[in-house]
Amino acid sequence: MIATEGSGGKVDMIERTDSMNSIERSKNGATVEISQVSKIYQTREGDEVVALDNIDFKIGAGSFVAVVGPSGCGKSTLLSMLAGLTPASTGQISINGEKISKPHRKTGVVFQSDLLLYWRTILDNILLPIEIKKLDVDACRPRAEALLKQVGLDGFGNKYPSELSGGMRQRVAICRAMIQDPGLLLMDEPFGALDALTREQMIMDLQAVWLRIQNTVLFITHGIEEAVFLGDRVLVMSPRPGRVDLDLKIEIPRPRKWRLAHEDKDFQGYVRQIRDIFEAKGVLVAH
Amino acid sequence: MGECSLRNKQQSKKIGGGKRGFRAGGWVERYVAAGFALAVLGLWQAIVPLAGLSEFVLPTPFSIASRMVRERWLLSQHAYFTLIEVVAGFSVGVLIGIPLALAIFYSRVFERAIYPILVALQTVPKVALAPLLVLYLGYGWAPKVSLAFLISFFPIVISTVVGLNSLDRNLVHLVRSMGANEWQTFFKVRLPAALPNIFGGFKVAISLAVIGAIIGEYVAAERGLGYLQLQANSQFDTTLNFATVITISLLGVLLYYVIDITESRVVHKLETSK
Repeated sequence: MIATEGSGGKVDMIERTDSMNSIERSKNGATVEISQVSKIYQTREGDEVVALDNIDFKIGAGSFVAVVGPSGCGKSTLLSMLAGLTPASTGQISINGEKISKPHRKTGVVFQSDLLLYWRTILDNILLPIEIKKLDVDACRPRAEALLKQVGLDGFGNKYPSELSGGMRQRVAICRAMIQDPGLLLMDEPFGALDALTREQMIMDLQAVWLRIQNTVLFITHGIEEAVFLGDRVLVMSPRPGRVDLDLKIEIPRPRKWRLAHEDKDFQGYVRQIRDIFEAKGVLVAH
Repeated sequence: MGECSLRNKQQSKKIGGGKRGFRAGGWVERYVAAGFALAVLGLWQAIVPLAGLSEFVLPTPFSIASRMVRERWLLSQHAYFTLIEVVAGFSVGVLIGIPLALAIFYSRVFERAIYPILVALQTVPKVALAPLLVLYLGYGWAPKVSLAFLISFFPIVISTVVGLNSLDRNLVHLVRSMGANEWQTFFKVRLPAALPNIFGGFKVAISLAVIGAIIGEYVAAERGLGYLQLQANSQFDTTLNFATVITISLLGVLLYYVIDITESRVVHKLETSK
């Protein structure tokens, strides 16, 4: 079962069709337009630091864009601006054609740590965005339960975050971001704090969930394989000043399997292309 | 990573559920404290006649207990007055302390200007103010309540400020990204996250408030447990003196548990509120 938001803003449940591929792409996805965005920070000494320099790209509805880059390349700043938490110094960002100056109602964010409220049950954590937006919490409860089921946490709704493992908690955080059927899902290194095996499983699960929901995703990571595996497109960023060096289209059919990373020539070709950029920019130095 | 591990610690702290989880053989620990207390009381009871001490020097636990039962009306009457002073002083401490803590948290001016003054004032021993308070406020309830307030006020302010500041800033980003305004951010995240600290401060404050009220009664009073104890002292009634000390402790324990129960109620309400 998956749930979608009905036209009246009410949450309906619809039976998932057997062939997942029959769900139309870009049904729920928002379009994103980032035009000539720069971000300049003022340091305490009064120096100017260019965190982002003239970023300019568009994301089509229902497309999964992975942004890969080293620490300090401004990728988290970019996400924070898309989330409406940080204003751009110059340029503008619009979601579905609306210029954003504050958090957009159709945006969901997943951060590196799960940020679950430990005094709330899992279900109440997932329903937090609904409460904050003063929507009908009871009407969304079935959707929250359906989302939990989708990520393999059926029956965990009444538990507390302290009773769950790190991977499970991050799944809950993803459910929380998905509860209001976000047209745009922003993910800031969501699996960065997890161990390697859990991360691999989470990457596959994210692909599965996304293939059903098909919304627009901007996924920030420092893992090259992770970016190639998940993305329809990979934006490669380098620091000082933060800019997009490469916009790589990943043409590998879905659903993708993680073993591709070790077996598939195309996959490895994409990875090599990204590594070449990092080596050329001095992000990765060969000895 | 440091932030993460801090969060995990916070999360593993179970709220409301008082499960301490005794290890295998842990029952020994549970009875050790009670056994030790009984042993001390038994030893005390035995040593007084053995050493030939008079009741006047050291009354036995049994005679203290029976005196408490006999004088229960006298003790509870005076305890009632002390209780009123403590609760009044503590309540004023909460009513002024919490808003002041919020002002310090939200306003830079308050943080920069008022906070250092508060810390400096804290170094003044409140007990030393008791004679002055009597001088200015007279012999009634006012100096006792003021002393209880002054002594309990500081831990309430500090624990609330610390609690509000301890919040993971990413949690604020999270609710902001959901479109929360500051009002919602406060009630959904800041306040709940600060509650364990705030109640910790309350527990310290209520114990201190009892001390404040008793000191006030020592200096000048016509009623209250502090007054009763001084009376017993001047009449060389050591048994009543001990009985009063125990009543004061019981009062402190009672108030502590009132706070403790309130805390679990509030937290429980928070957990189940929609």
